[in-house]
Amino acid sequence: MDIVFLSPDGSERRVVAREGMSIMAAATSNGIGGIVGECGGNAMCATCHIYVDDDRLPPLSPEEDELLEGTADERTEKSRLGCQIALTAEMDGLRVLLPEHQI
Amino acid sequence: MNGIQDTTATAPMAAQTPPPVSDFDPFSMDFFRNPFPVHEYLRNLGPLIYLSAYDVYAVARYQEVHRVLHDWETFCSSRGVGLSDFAKEKPWRAPSLVLEKDPPEHDRARQVLSKILSPVTMKKLRESFQAAAERKVDELLARRSIDGITDLAEAFPMSVFPDAIGVPSEGREHLLPYAGLAFNAFGPSNELRNEAIAKASPHIAYVTEQCQKHNLSPTGFGAQIHAAVDTGQITAEEAPLLVRSLLTAGIDTTVNGIGAAIYALARFDDQWDALKAEPQLARAAFEEAIRFESPVQTFFRTTTRDVEIGGHVVPEGSKVLMFLGAANRDPRHWSEPDTYDIRRSASGHVGFGSGVHMCVGQLVARLEGELILGALARKVSRIRITGEPVRAFNNTLRGLKSLPLEIE
Ligand code: HEM
Ligand code: FES
Repeated sequence: MDIVFLSPDGSERRVVAREGMSIMAAATSNGIGGIVGECGGNAMCATCHIYVDDDRLPPLSPEEDELLEGTADERTEKSRLGCQIALTAEMDGLRVLLPEHQI
Repeated sequence: MNGIQDTTATAPMAAQTPPPVSDFDPFSMDFFRNPFPVHEYLRNLGPLIYLSAYDVYAVARYQEVHRVLHDWETFCSSRGVGLSDFAKEKPWRAPSLVLEKDPPEHDRARQVLSKILSPVTMKKLRESFQAAAERKVDELLARRSIDGITDLAEAFPMSVFPDAIGVPSEGREHLLPYAGLAFNAFGPSNELRNEAIAKASPHIAYVTEQCQKHNLSPTGFGAQIHAAVDTGQITAEEAPLLVRSLLTAGIDTTVNGIGAAIYALARFDDQWDALKAEPQLARAAFEEAIRFESPVQTFFRTTTRDVEIGGHVVPEGSKVLMFLGAANRDPRHWSEPDTYDIRRSASGHVGFGSGVHMCVGQLVARLEGELILGALARKVSRIRITGEPVRAFNNTLRGLKSLPLEIE
């Protein structure tokens, strides 16, 4: 399956990801610099902040909601933590907008 | 009976084979001097090893270390994260409410700390920590000849962290010896541990006293922990123990983390040049130093049931030693693991642990690391090692005691 990462400057990169992988892992293992993932996906750092407008995503958990208060760039209603979203086959082609800053 | 069932029937048999045995001592000076060849040897022995010197099992490969860290139900912390089994021996101090507890009890106390040490708090601390980092580097630049450990890696955290907790200025010289004691105490009853315990009482008395509400400034992390008593999250008896966790785990660790980064940048010129060219890599340079040196080298777990690792059975009640430092350089997981590369993604390293016990203070550590390395990158043109680095010895922590440097 594919996911598309969109940089704030408008450029796009399509990467191949595996089902079950998180969006954060799909990004860091493909050299997408706009996602840092400092805590390795343990929901403790908020450096995997992304903006996604897509109803295929699972709902926000209370922990994710709380940690999103600490993102470096503005939190919007599209804000999610990339490490908290495990990719499923239905998410093929998902478009993920990267923030300007993660720290 | 068909062939498929036959195969499953033999699986438990295969699990009866004992793991490879090693008689090496993971708490010896020789090993501490240069652990890396032994790490490689242990990783290559197999996914699970038995260490006859201490009658413990050990994991040194990334995959198994990660698995043990994430399965807290099987590999518990409440029987101690050192060699001593709290089910058999009395701990040297009252157990930690986070480090040495299992969920759900662990989570209640942990939530108090993670709320206080959140990304939101880091945004508030950043400005004052940054100013302190710049002052420190300016002061050291004026001196030129410095000790990279005592004058920098120790002095910077000591200038910001105790204030952030809110402990009084008098007596802070007890903080590093207390932490050294706590981290030595995870090891066996060797000279390091025994000597630390013999000298412990003034340091324990000091730390116990600083954890009391009336000794803590009204705005620091310590006071915020005590405030959680009023909201009913923790009891009045628990609050001082949680403050103690920060005083124990929050200073010597960052000292060794910052020391690891400075030592790496002083040795690998290309990485120093890369950082100079892009000072915004400071945070990544710190993170990579944590992977590369693993200031916290090891922790134990205790098995709550018989469990299979790599085709061998670990019986219930066994101590399992996790070599975090070996996992962080496992070539099965990392490419060029023995290279310090500030441009790699170090995400997923286990230098801060992983899973429910993953370092609750990691954001403070990174903030300190980023700011001091960033200030160095912007203000210092060259770092040169001018004398023999001296290693510090501790049963858990890895780092230097002294690193003579010239900076200009
Ligand atoms: C570079 C610096 C640091 C390193 C390498 C480090 C490493 C670690 C590791 C490996 C663990 C996991 C323990 C386990 O799994 O049993 C841990 C836990 C912990 N750390 Fe850190 N640490 C650092 C800085 C800090 C700081 C600055 C604080 C306090 C502000 C802190 C407080 C704690 C606490 C309270 C725990 C226990 C968490 C729990 O059990 O839920 N650490 N640390
Ligand atoms: S990687 Fe740290 S919160 Fe997602």
